[in-house]
Amino acid sequence: MNWFPVIQIEKLRKVYRGRGREVTAVDGVDLTVAEGEVFGVLGRSGAGKSTLLRCVNLLERPDSGRVVVDGRDLLALRGGRLRKARQGIGMIHQHFGLLGSRTVAGNVAFPLEVMGVPRGERARRVAELLDLVGLTDHAKAYPAQISGGQKQRVGIARALAGRPKVLLSDEATSALDPETTASILELLRDLNRRLGLTILLITHEMGVVKSICDSAAVMRDGWITESGPVTGLLARPGSELAHGLFPLPPAEPRPGTTLVEVTFTGGATDEPFVSALARKYSVDVNILGGAVETVGGERVGRLRLELPGDPSMNAAQLAFLREAGLSVELRTPVELRTPEEDVR
Amino acid sequence: MSWDEVMPLLWPATVDTLYMTGVATLFTAVLGLLFGVLLVITERGGLLPAPPVNRALGVVVNIGRSLPFLILMVAIIPFTRTVVGTSIGNAAAIVPLTVGAIPFYARLVEIALREVDPGVIAAADAMGATRREIVGKVMLREARPGLVSGLTVTVIALIGYTAMAGTVGGGGLGNLAVVYGYERFETKVMVATVALLIVIVLVIQAAGDLVSRRLTHR
Repeated sequence: MNWFPVIQIEKLRKVYRGRGREVTAVDGVDLTVAEGEVFGVLGRSGAGKSTLLRCVNLLERPDSGRVVVDGRDLLALRGGRLRKARQGIGMIHQHFGLLGSRTVAGNVAFPLEVMGVPRGERARRVAELLDLVGLTDHAKAYPAQISGGQKQRVGIARALAGRPKVLLSDEATSALDPETTASILELLRDLNRRLGLTILLITHEMGVVKSICDSAAVMRDGWITESGPVTGLLARPGSELAHGLFPLPPAEPRPGTTLVEVTFTGGATDEPFVSALARKYSVDVNILGGAVETVGGERVGRLRLELPGDPSMNAAQLAFLREAGLSVELRTPVELRTPEEDVR
Repeated sequence: MSWDEVMPLLWPATVDTLYMTGVATLFTAVLGLLFGVLLVITERGGLLPAPPVNRALGVVVNIGRSLPFLILMVAIIPFTRTVVGTSIGNAAAIVPLTVGAIPFYARLVEIALREVDPGVIAAADAMGATRREIVGKVMLREARPGLVSGLTVTVIALIGYTAMAGTVGGGGLGNLAVVYGYERFETKVMVATVALLIVIVLVIQAAGDLVSRRLTHR
């Protein structure tokens, strides 16, 4: 992966106005997506992520900011040149957006018609695209006759018709069951690798970020609260993504003990650091909870450990864990925490 | 009157009814479609937002819809005369028939177009389709079953309106029923025209349903 920024979003702002009410859906977002990566924007509904995505191909025109896709400043384009630019940006949708009056093949042919591809070449390209998503047998079926997963495959084939560099995914798996979701994500991952396709997706499902994203951002109230490579985010103390992916029940340190949450990524998982810690300092380490997951092909885990003695007595032990390449988060009793932390 | 005397009256009257309905349907389909599309795309947030145009169109359509056909027919006689050169006869009936049916069908077109999934329109927009392509290849095409059902309803309403064509000297089954059946107490004529009208309406409805079903891919 080289670090050519295919999508650059700067200081993006979008306000919806209506009946004396103003809603700032996107409130100053900066985001850079590198070529060839799968970037996920995670957030609850109403966080503004859908608006953000729709601003990338100008389905929504932002009030201010910059949107640069593949070196082109989209806000400077209008009319035919904007349409031309859109043809180079694929998009898939939560509810698929297929034409019910056209067959699967007809739906895939639609963007080619829009691009002015001649009939013969169109047929060839449709066959190629249907093969790519594994729907050759369903070419003549109508959308109402196929399953949700197959519909999304049609959507993907259609989005790739113009050989785009970038694919925008608007909650593409949110209307699908878990098994189908997995197969669609696998297809997206595969296309990302084989075609070098850059994917910017928005989702409210932690699992989507976990299974295919290289980088991610967490969005809330129109803001990006954290952003970066997924494994890096998970290792960052206080990361919402880490808390969301490995939800540990709220816990209070018992008096005279130290409660720590340790996040480990990549190579650190292979080291038996808990027993090493116990042996080196002759302490009884109590494991109160934890989880290990594979994220973006790397093993990532989170453990909640209890050590005897106040945190002040465990300085050396905590330093040991940090030196082992782990992210260490000390849980303090409630009265010492700021109210903001409590919300989490 | 014997049945042998009734039959020769029925045929030309039927032809008149079908002629007036057919020509009016042709113009109504084209212009109603146009107005219906305009009603949808000019609204706020539509493909071609123009709220003042939208409001004006809405008012025109509502006025057209609120006039009883009999009154409309008489009221627009000057207009009819400029269009077809006469205010009497079948041709003169076709003008008010069309004028009366356009707003009716335009509303039905509007309803059918609103049924089109906005997600599909957004998808086409994201693909870089032009407005013309979005209207033609997405909205109108996706709405075809509804457009056909709406046209079926409109044609049947037109057949009803043709019954009043006699007022401006037009012919047709309605006129036959009034002149012979009602004014001359010829019950056989009344029965025959009513039966024929029922058959015509049933056939048109069945044909419309068939086409609409063919266009629906479920």
